[in-house]
Amino acid sequence: MLARRIIPCLDIRGGRVVKGVAFKNLRDAGDPVERAKAYMDGGADELCFLDVTASIEDRPLLIELVRKLSRVLFIPFTVGGGVRSVNDAKELLRAGADKIGVNTAAVARPELLEELAGHFGNQCVVLSIDALGQGIDAKVTTHGGREVTGRTVCDWAREAVELGAGEILLNSVDADGARSGFAIDLVERVIDAVRVPVIASGGAGSANDFAELFMHTRAHAGLAASIFHDGSTTPYDVKKLLQDKGVEVRL
Amino acid sequence: MIGVVDYGAGNLQSLGNALDHIGLSWQLVDSAGDLASCERVILPGVGHFRAAMETLSQSGQAAWVAAFAKSGKPILGICLGAQLLLESSEEAPGVVGIGLIPGRVRKLTGETIPHMGWNRVRSNGSHPILESDEQAPHFYFAHSYVCEPGDPDASLAVTDRGTDDVCVAVGCENVVGVQFHPEKSGVAGLSLLERFGRC
Repeated sequence: MLARRIIPCLDIRGGRVVKGVAFKNLRDAGDPVERAKAYMDGGADELCFLDVTASIEDRPLLIELVRKLSRVLFIPFTVGGGVRSVNDAKELLRAGADKIGVNTAAVARPELLEELAGHFGNQCVVLSIDALGQGIDAKVTTHGGREVTGRTVCDWAREAVELGAGEILLNSVDADGARSGFAIDLVERVIDAVRVPVIASGGAGSANDFAELFMHTRAHAGLAASIFHDGSTTPYDVKKLLQDKGVEVRL
Repeated sequence: MIGVVDYGAGNLQSLGNALDHIGLSWQLVDSAGDLASCERVILPGVGHFRAAMETLSQSGQAAWVAAFAKSGKPILGICLGAQLLLESSEEAPGVVGIGLIPGRVRKLTGETIPHMGWNRVRSNGSHPILESDEQAPHFYFAHSYVCEPGDPDASLAVTDRGTDDVCVAVGCENVVGVQFHPEKSGVAGLSLLERFGRC
C-alpha cells in the first residue's frame, strides 16, 4: 500500500526562502538548501518549491538553486512558478527537479499540460489548483488566488488529467493560512473526479489536521508550509502520529 | 567505474548526485568505446518506451548494452531503464526491447494511475543488491507500466498496490532492473546503489 506523503512547501523569491522565521539548528533560515535538507532529514517524503516572483530576472537564480538542491536531496521534489513552456520545464528538469508544477499558465493555455506530458511523461506534471469555495461549485482562481475564473474545480481537474496532468495539487484558498484544518469535502470531491493522485494543501495547523485529512479522505499526500517553518513540528512528528492512528506512512 | 548510459532520456543529474554522495565514481557513456573503462553499467530512464528504444537502437547503444551484459558484468536498469531490459511493452506495441530478460511490460490497472509515491518493497532475497528485510523498506515510485517477467524466478521483489502485488524488481545474475527510483528513495535507495557498486 502506498504510504501517505508529507510534503513541506517552500516559497522562494530571488533564490531565497520567503517567510523566513527562526528555525532551530540552521545557520541561515533563509537558505533554501539548508532548510530543504533539514526537512529531508526530518522525515519529509517529498518537497515542493514555489517561485513566488517567477520573474524572468530571477530565473537563473532559480535554476542554480534547483541544481544545488538536487545535489543534497535524495527524495523527489517539485518546482513550480512561472513555467509557461516546454523549455521552461526542460531547464528545471535538467537542473534536477523531478516534477514541474503549473497553475495560472495552464488555465490560460490548457494545451501546455499536453505538451509537458508529451515531452516528459505525465508523472512529471503536477497541476496546482487554487480553489475558492469548498462546495460543488468551488471555483478555480489564478494569480495566487487574486483572479476568479468561471471554471469549477472538478471540471478543471478532470480536463487537466485528460490533457496530461499526472498529479493534482489542490490548494484551498479559504483554508489556506487559517490553520484550522484541510478542506476535507473539497479534497474528497476532487478525488472522486480524477484517477491520478491528489495532494491536499491549505489549512494545516497541527499534526492532527493531517490525521483528520488521511482518515477522512483518500488524499495521497498533505502539503503544508507554515506549520513546518518554525521547526516546532517536523514531518517526522506528523508521521509518528499518523502511524499511531493506523495510517500507512514511511518512517 | 560505473557507466551511466546517456541516451537523452530524463534526469541523469539526480542519479549522478546520488552516486557522488556515496562515493562511487561514474561517467556518462554514449558509445561502446566509453565502456572499456566501466565495470558496471546503469541504464536510467524516464519517458516513453518507444522513444527510448528508438534512440537506443539507432545509436547502437542497445547492442553494446546487450554485449556488456553478456560479458557477465553487472547492469542495473532504473524505472523505464528496467522495462527496456525486457522484450516488449504495452506502451509501444511492436517495439522490441533490449531483451536481456524474457518477459513483457504491461500497463498498471487499479484505481489510481500513475503509481506515485513511497511503497514497501518486499524482496525474496535471491539477489544480493536487494536485501531480504522483514521491515520491507519504502522506495519511491512514479510509473504507469510494470515489468512482467516470463520466468517467475526472475521476479526479485514485489510491492502491494492495495489490490494486487506487482513485480518491482526483475533480473537474473548480473542483470537487474528496479521499477522504483533508488536515487530518490532516501537512505534505502542510497544503500541499494552502494550494494550495486560492490556486487
